[in-house]
Amino acid sequence: MIANIGYGILFITLLVSIYGVGAAYYGARKNDPRWIESARLSMLLTFPLITLSSLSLIYLLVTGRFEHQFVQSVTSSSMPIYLRVTALWGGQSGSLVFWSWLLAAFASSVTLRKWDRDREFLPWVIVVSLVTLAFFLILVVFFENPFTRFWQLPGGDIRAAMFQPQGSSLFLPRDGTGLNPLLRHPGMIIHPPMLYLGFVSFVVPFAFGIAALVTGRTDDRWIRITRRWSLVAWLFLSLGLLLGGRWAYDVLGWGGYWGWDPVEIAAFMPWLTGTAFLHSVMIQEKRGMLKRWNMVLIILTYSLVIFGTFLTRSGVLSSVHAFAQSAIGPLFFAYIGLTFTISLALLLSRWDELKAEGEMTSLLSREALFLLNNLLFMGILVVCFWGVIFPLISELVTGQKVTVGPPFYERATAPLFAGLLLLMGIAPLAAWRHSTFKTLGRTVWKPSLISLIVPVYAFIRGIHQPAALLGFWLAAFVAFVTLHEFWRGARARAKRSGENLFTALWRLAGRNRRRYGGYIIHLGVVLMAIGIIGIEIFQVETQGTLAQGEQITLENYTLTYNSLAVFDTDDGRNVARAVIGVEKSGDYVGDLHPRRDYYLDSQQPMTIPGVRSTWEEDLYVLLVDWQPVSTNSATFKVYKNPLVNWLWFGGLVFIFGTLVAAWPDRDPEPVPVRKKKSSYAAAEA
Amino acid sequence: MPPLKLENKMTFRKQFARSNIPNSVDSFWILTFIAALALSLSLALPVVSSANAQSDNPQPPTDDDVNAVAKQLYCPVCENTPLDVCPTQACEEWRQLIYDKLALGWNEDQIKVYFVDQYGDRVLAEPPARGLNWLVYIIPPLVFLVGLFVVYRALQAWKKTPDTDQSRLPDNIESDEYIQRLEEDLKNL
Repeated sequence: MIANIGYGILFITLLVSIYGVGAAYYGARKNDPRWIESARLSMLLTFPLITLSSLSLIYLLVTGRFEHQFVQSVTSSSMPIYLRVTALWGGQSGSLVFWSWLLAAFASSVTLRKWDRDREFLPWVIVVSLVTLAFFLILVVFFENPFTRFWQLPGGDIRAAMFQPQGSSLFLPRDGTGLNPLLRHPGMIIHPPMLYLGFVSFVVPFAFGIAALVTGRTDDRWIRITRRWSLVAWLFLSLGLLLGGRWAYDVLGWGGYWGWDPVEIAAFMPWLTGTAFLHSVMIQEKRGMLKRWNMVLIILTYSLVIFGTFLTRSGVLSSVHAFAQSAIGPLFFAYIGLTFTISLALLLSRWDELKAEGEMTSLLSREALFLLNNLLFMGILVVCFWGVIFPLISELVTGQKVTVGPPFYERATAPLFAGLLLLMGIAPLAAWRHSTFKTLGRTVWKPSLISLIVPVYAFIRGIHQPAALLGFWLAAFVAFVTLHEFWRGARARAKRSGENLFTALWRLAGRNRRRYGGYIIHLGVVLMAIGIIGIEIFQVETQGTLAQGEQITLENYTLTYNSLAVFDTDDGRNVARAVIGVEKSGDYVGDLHPRRDYYLDSQQPMTIPGVRSTWEEDLYVLLVDWQPVSTNSATFKVYKNPLVNWLWFGGLVFIFGTLVAAWPDRDPEPVPVRKKKSSYAAAEA
Repeated sequence: MPPLKLENKMTFRKQFARSNIPNSVDSFWILTFIAALALSLSLALPVVSSANAQSDNPQPPTDDDVNAVAKQLYCPVCENTPLDVCPTQACEEWRQLIYDKLALGWNEDQIKVYFVDQYGDRVLAEPPARGLNWLVYIIPPLVFLVGLFVVYRALQAWKKTPDTDQSRLPDNIESDEYIQRLEEDLKNL
């Protein structure tokens, strides 16, 4: 009953979406506001509808209705309630429903904004949003239905179907297989919603971009309207990536946070174009340049969002993340191809209207440096994209699959990331429009020289790797330039207003949130860079099999294997937990408890490291193996991960900066209407 | 560290902006910078790791010796998982195989070749640079160079475009008159 209601509502939502697309298109073509209003209400309606459907699914999950295939595959009777709720996005079909739900939420909230000044955008924003929603609903309704049930056929076979096959009876499994234990970690519970939120909120700026192209209102109005949407989308995407990294570090048991797995890259690619977009829109807003490029970037971001979902959801790659495989690949492929082609065609049709208005007299101006920044982001994107799809091409052409692994990405992207850091330090010092080598050199030499203190100090402390020294210098350079920007602004304001320095800084940042939020983000990146340099260049590891009482040494750490206990827990796990005594430079600093949890329902193990965390480094111990009966000897893998906490702390600073930049204004500033007549306005006149 | 004096900085900028430095200097500098980046990128070709001559080592191999080899090989079953961290039983057996080979005196390269013969190129962290695989290493730097050219052309075009909208002023710190005046002065040099 509940399943039928949930499915029926999904189907109705699909019809409403298709109607909305038609009504908006017709209304725009005939210039009939009644049809557009009807389309707007349809889009508004999608959210409550999908909410009802999602609640039905959640109800089935929570009440343990294992006769439903999806419920059976992601929950079990031993799972706590909160995990059963979050199991909604723990499997293929549920996560597609969840995707649609979030998209409907964002699309509906767009309809509620004040449209007075941008009425002409509305129908096209509806068309784009609802086409996207309808696509996902088609996947859910026809291919990945989360409401299918198990039926026992007269011959005894079990079949999963939405509607009862003739002569069959409902089949009720005794229990579910339970959620993959790797997905039960808090990081993994929040990670997918964050990524999805990032994905779906990028649909909104794309919809406005397309609306601008269709209506010919090619000034920067669409960018101003969607500025905050883009920042929010970017915030969620960044959060998703960070949480994913933390999750990998905590539960995947390989001492790292980022493995250049294709599915990680799938989420990273829209982030790259999104970041380039956030930078280059500033140039359009301030200087009227890069209009075409911004369109290209938002089109690419949208396509990569869908591409990312395609990679993770179609099973085209099988990797550590690709838990689900299905036959929806070709549909995704066709959809990406179609939307990309149409978007590009629209862009080309407006190519001449998107000419740059500004000028600059120097290749070292801030505009030029922003463009370089974009080039570097695109360089990283090309490396990522090519690295992900090449194995597929190789398989298609030669029939042989190849691995494109971390060494490739690291070598290819490291110089680009270093270039980005350098630009992050130089760009704030470059003047708009005009800057020469000498004027720029004049402002750059002091911070570059002062920041040399850091690599020199590192050198004296015994760090001699050129890559690390260069990295530390770049990090110090950016940090110095950025902090100096804060200091410069605060001091000038304090002088003028007579406020003390802290009040001046607070108010200055409060009134220029995007600028200073951006600088905080840069500082976050610096901290993260320090952490990444630490773990990537200086990580050391060892492994050994120890009898009880034996020791293993890794640099200045000595670890003693004290004991190991194997026991069952109430929540369906068999746990093997070791006690390791840790000495650092001869002093006892505490015990660590690396363990291996074996989930009885899903029959999958999970490795939980024992970690001693300090600002200097993490000591990260894994229980690799043990003698099942006697527990006399056990194998441990020990990593020393220098500076890794700077990465996590930098991530927090990064998110804080994004929040500062995206925080809503108390009094929304009036947006000046551009003087230049757009072709839409001209046509209307 | 003492703050940079704004007034001084402004004077410096004025002085240097007044001196007529040809734009070719800019172009030269900027092109050198990005060409260096492109070069670094094109150097992203696979590095052949030196062989570890285990045969000279009479000691039995340690777990670390095994992991050093396993780290460079990828699980033939679970894609994109290095063999040294893969928790499956199959990988456990492959690690044992590496141990056995090391104990027989095989070196790293011999073991890698053995695995490639058994399971194909996919066990390597990167495709060997031959045949179609060359594309992996050539395409990214090539696209980057094309991008570089496009950017260069765009910058040239910008320089020729007259500024039709003088109202677009850089608003670095809009609310701060002092800084704004400074930026204005710099701009109007």
